[in-house]
Amino acid sequence: MTALRERPTTPMSHSHPAPTPTPAPQARARRNQRPQKIGIHVALLVCALFPALPILWMASTSLKPNGQVFAWPPKLITSAMNLDSYVAIFADGEKLRFFLNSYIVAGSVTVLTLLASVLAAYALSRYDFPFKRALNVVIISVQAVPPITLLIPYFGLVVTLGLYDTYGGLILTYMVFTLPYAIIMMTGYFNTLPRELDEAVMVDGAGPLTVLFRILLPIAVPGLVSVGVYTFMIAWNEYLFALTLTRTNEMRTVPIGIQLLMGQHSYDWSQIMAMSILGSIPILVLFTFFQRYFLSGMSAGAVKA
Amino acid sequence: MPASTAVEPTLGASPERSDRPRRPRRSHLQGSPLRPYAFLSPTLIVMLVLMAVPIVMVVWYSFQDSAVTVPSTEFVGFEKYQQVLSDGTFWKATSNTAIFAGVSVIAHFAIGIAFATLLNSELLSPAVRAVFRTVFILPWLFTVAVVAVLWRMLLNPNGIVNYLITTFGISDSSIEWLSSSATALPVVTFINIWCGYPFFMVSLLAGLQGIPKDLYEAARVDGAGPVHQFFHVTIPQLRPIILSMAILDFIWTTQQFALIWMTTGGGPVDTTEMLSTYTYKLAFSNYDFSAASASAVVVLLLSMILAILYVRQQKARD
Repeated sequence: MTALRERPTTPMSHSHPAPTPTPAPQARARRNQRPQKIGIHVALLVCALFPALPILWMASTSLKPNGQVFAWPPKLITSAMNLDSYVAIFADGEKLRFFLNSYIVAGSVTVLTLLASVLAAYALSRYDFPFKRALNVVIISVQAVPPITLLIPYFGLVVTLGLYDTYGGLILTYMVFTLPYAIIMMTGYFNTLPRELDEAVMVDGAGPLTVLFRILLPIAVPGLVSVGVYTFMIAWNEYLFALTLTRTNEMRTVPIGIQLLMGQHSYDWSQIMAMSILGSIPILVLFTFFQRYFLSGMSAGAVKA
Repeated sequence: MPASTAVEPTLGASPERSDRPRRPRRSHLQGSPLRPYAFLSPTLIVMLVLMAVPIVMVVWYSFQDSAVTVPSTEFVGFEKYQQVLSDGTFWKATSNTAIFAGVSVIAHFAIGIAFATLLNSELLSPAVRAVFRTVFILPWLFTVAVVAVLWRMLLNPNGIVNYLITTFGISDSSIEWLSSSATALPVVTFINIWCGYPFFMVSLLAGLQGIPKDLYEAARVDGAGPVHQFFHVTIPQLRPIILSMAILDFIWTTQQFALIWMTTGGGPVDTTEMLSTYTYKLAFSNYDFSAASASAVVVLLLSMILAILYVRQQKARD
């Protein structure tokens, strides 16, 4: 019917699989599964090296004195490890500014996206109106518009509007990536909430805004969180627009800041890695706290940062 | 029917349904026919200003002689398209993008399904599963800028990768992974595989958990081994997910810019040039915004074809 897929943000089962009641003969078979069980754990450990080793090496490098970064033979842990690189970053106002900028931009984008998408999703979920299907198709397909295509006119637009090298320019242009999927996810979530709920309140004379903000939003918190963390992540990670639509170091965000560290003549790898880790912490923290929302969103195929 | 704005509930008591509703049910939800548009207005404004207008602008630029840079630019028809389409680098970038994205998607799927299958094993305790799932997702949580600098360090001539290959005798000397034309494209593709597979894995894991257990039971009764079960139960069951994910992943991977820009910059020469970096350079290195716009429009058209595929696939899935 509607082109928008329902994407209920039901938490993906974690503590799964719900231990299926095992019939007695299978229980006996289970005892013979020991070798298999060991095998699968070994396989998992070996596979885990693929994602984990590079990340461990990043962490290790950030703690090494820069002179030891490429010491042969390489050691994951050395006695000379310290927090100097982190201290150096925290003592450098210019680098802290990158973080401040990223927080301001990502925070604003998140708030504005949530507001706009909640209103739009309410309309799409609760009303029928002309061009609704067309609008659905537009919302889905704009997600495929390449950023590079938009960048060229944005450059002109942002300069014309006086938004070049400002927070406003970044915040506004990021909305174009965050809004479509935010609307899709919120609409899917609202669709899972029974209409009788709004009707019951409306009967008492409440307007649609009351229904939306007093009734639907409080129970839609999981959906809001899901959309919110993704929006924040996209805005935090964005690179192309940040690179092109800002110029001064006062306006650079973390991804560009990391690149600027690379641009210097002698690479301070230790500090680059420390910066990378600090720059990843907000996302890692969000993931830790809101893992199930991340996972449900990922498996809905809604977002790839 | 603009007059129907007045359908705003005026009835004191509904004649038909005397029990409770004071207003007819339909008008409760509908209200003014303009109301949904009011709710949609912030979105519509953003979409108009930041999507419709820019696309018109970029198409307009592409027919100009020297858009953006020169105020008195001339209409030159398809000249800029001819210029771009007869540029060898454009075609090199197109084929690089196709290889980069095609190989990435296949590898994302292969690694994703392998890890998801391991994680889905009933022999794991929930805690062990949660820990490994988190570890497997980690690369996806780092921003592309971080992934790029991390691998530049690992692949440095004095870095650990070169230490390992020389120590184990795979190569006699260090390899300049990112700056030699033989290795640059495979290596950036590998990096993209490393950071992109969790996206596939999570979807496939959710898909695996949704396959009814009795399907496997039935296959086992028929004497099907694990391999047979995988190809005749698992894959057919996951087919819709796999197709959607693959199209989506392909679209996004073809648009990858930061990873290329921060590792090779498209080089050496044009061995890792992608449509995104090619277009970017036309605009912001050559300041030929018109040619860049022509290239950007071509890229847009290609993406729209993929988007149509995706929307169709979604409809088939629903």
